[in-house]
Amino acid sequence: MSTSAGNWTTETIPIGGVAMQLTRAGEGPPLLVLHHDVGTLPRLPFYDALARRFTVLVPSHPGYDGSQRPDWMRNVRDLAAVHQWLLGELAITRAPQTVSVVGLGFGGWVAAEMATQAPRAFKKLVLVGAMGLKPERGVIADQALVSYIDYVRLGFSDQSAFDRLFGAEPETSRLEHWDLNREMSFRIAWKPYMYNSSLPHLLGGIAIPALVVWGRDDRIVPLECGERFAKGLPRARLEIVEGAGHFVEMEKPDELARLVTAFVSQGDA
Amino acid sequence: MHLMYFTEQPMSAYPEAEGREFGATALMFSNRHFDPAAGSRLYNEYLEHYRLAETVGFDGIMLNEHHNAPFCMQAKCNVFASILAATTRRVKIVLLGNPLPLADNPVRLAEELAMIDMVSRGRLVSGFVRGGGQEQLATGVNPAFNRERFEEAHELIVRAWTQPGPFRWEGTHYQHRVVNPWAVPLQKPHPRVWIPGVLSKETIIWAAKKRYPYIALSTAIEATKKIWELYDSVAAETGYAGGPEYRGYLQRCHVAETEEKALENARQFMWMQGEFTGLAHPVWSTPSGYFSPSIRTQFVEYAVGRRSNPRGAAFEDQIASQMIVAGTPKTVIPKLRRLLEETRPSIVGFWAADGFVSSADTRTCIRLLGEEVLPALREIGKELGLWSPFEANAPVSMAFHESAAPASERPVARHPAPLEVA
Repeated sequence: MSTSAGNWTTETIPIGGVAMQLTRAGEGPPLLVLHHDVGTLPRLPFYDALARRFTVLVPSHPGYDGSQRPDWMRNVRDLAAVHQWLLGELAITRAPQTVSVVGLGFGGWVAAEMATQAPRAFKKLVLVGAMGLKPERGVIADQALVSYIDYVRLGFSDQSAFDRLFGAEPETSRLEHWDLNREMSFRIAWKPYMYNSSLPHLLGGIAIPALVVWGRDDRIVPLECGERFAKGLPRARLEIVEGAGHFVEMEKPDELARLVTAFVSQGDA
Repeated sequence: MHLMYFTEQPMSAYPEAEGREFGATALMFSNRHFDPAAGSRLYNEYLEHYRLAETVGFDGIMLNEHHNAPFCMQAKCNVFASILAATTRRVKIVLLGNPLPLADNPVRLAEELAMIDMVSRGRLVSGFVRGGGQEQLATGVNPAFNRERFEEAHELIVRAWTQPGPFRWEGTHYQHRVVNPWAVPLQKPHPRVWIPGVLSKETIIWAAKKRYPYIALSTAIEATKKIWELYDSVAAETGYAGGPEYRGYLQRCHVAETEEKALENARQFMWMQGEFTGLAHPVWSTPSGYFSPSIRTQFVEYAVGRRSNPRGAAFEDQIASQMIVAGTPKTVIPKLRRLLEETRPSIVGFWAADGFVSSADTRTCIRLLGEEVLPALREIGKELGLWSPFEANAPVSMAFHESAAPASERPVARHPAPLEVA
């Protein structure tokens, strides 16, 4: 059943000593979407597309996108625990195996950590260009060495998509925003950069169905990481999206929304 | 007054065209361009200059360190401090300073510094810095915790120097089961700590709260006055009066036999500022979390090339603002008088040469400074009442506010310097 996707609301929920920011819209089964290390625009066509079928929950990672920074937070597992706490606070996600999660890039790493901590808590898991595993051949592109603009551009296969979303020359306020997000990423993922060497050993416990999606032209997280996620997760398959880079949801929103919707809804009455 | 000699120890012997081609001479400019034969020559020239500085009458030798860049060859100031401890006899060895956040074991630093203090017979001044932005990347240290690590490492080092061990340290960034270094400083309560800086208000406030002298690194006179306004107001709130003994200044100052020669050589001060080749990289020099949140806007614009370096200015402007002073002894003395009159520091470092200035010209500069400029400044210092922390016997810090006991008044055996370099 599809509903109007126009009614996005934002609320704050006290978690771990900070006011956690949650944006939501839509009706239907709950679907948690975890954003990238560069944060997220408040609204995206991808979110709207999902909101036609799901109750879409888009929390800000604390410390990102202007939300309050938890000074105590030191690693991505802390962040995963905070999101688990949030799900426990919401009536719609409290029961086990009701909520599915879509993790985008860095958010994919968070989602994977959440799933290792509570292997049966989710209904389904979708990882899109997820960080978290150490590549065997390449490296995860290090934003510490490139400018805010160059880093985000690196995540697009088609630069006109970047221009459309952020403008060819993004405003200074956007750069400050990216800088704040980058600072928070450094606080929790500086070293080793964007992976957890114990994660590959824990993927085997994630017993729920998983979909791994990768942009063919992902220049931030090498495709080999997608292959390793698909191999390490017991019930996973890999889908590759042609013509997309790291930010699949911004470059191919409809295609990704179709993949996610079909996968998450599969088996429902 | 306390008058110091300083050089960045430029590694000028590398192919300049390669630097231009690469677009930056920092962090990732390949060290395959480093020529160790030239490096060996330059290190030894710099040692010779330091010893000459002592001979001609400087009170101190100021050392610093940087990483992964040709503008400064000194990768560990404690190495040169150790050498100078053994090969000089009189000058203070002023480290400005050890970059604390880069240390994963501050207790080791405390030990090294204590050794330097003992070998030098109590001539160490142990300044501390945060390290430049790119240093955080060069050493893999998280820039977002730079200031927290600075403050915690400082506290641990002072405790290791002053509190008998063993004790345990359970900090936020440092944890040590046992702190009990079997090397403690000769100077009591501990070597003086001076804090250099250029931009961050947070550092000025921190130094003033600790009652540590602050050394302004080549700021323009008006900016320097603002630093002292801030320092003095924090000092007053903290319960003491600021003044010359808490004020230091690093002056780029090249002296030669003629005006023309001096100006020509002084242009080399732009060497590391990008005009010749010392090209900073806007992203690497400003990692997120490193700089003060109050100037985030300026730095994000700098990082994407929309604004020139907030710290940079043209050569002519720097001559006009006296950030660079150049001339014969006769012409530089009035300029330095103006600096002393307007900003009233008691500690002055002379950054005497940079870049490709020849060793011979550097020696001439050091000699002219020592023979003609320093004596004149000492007279001006007396006239203006610019007493250094040593002359004023100022307390070492707020925490140890009883007057310091100079090492010379302590019972130390008198021997020749233990290791003379021929």
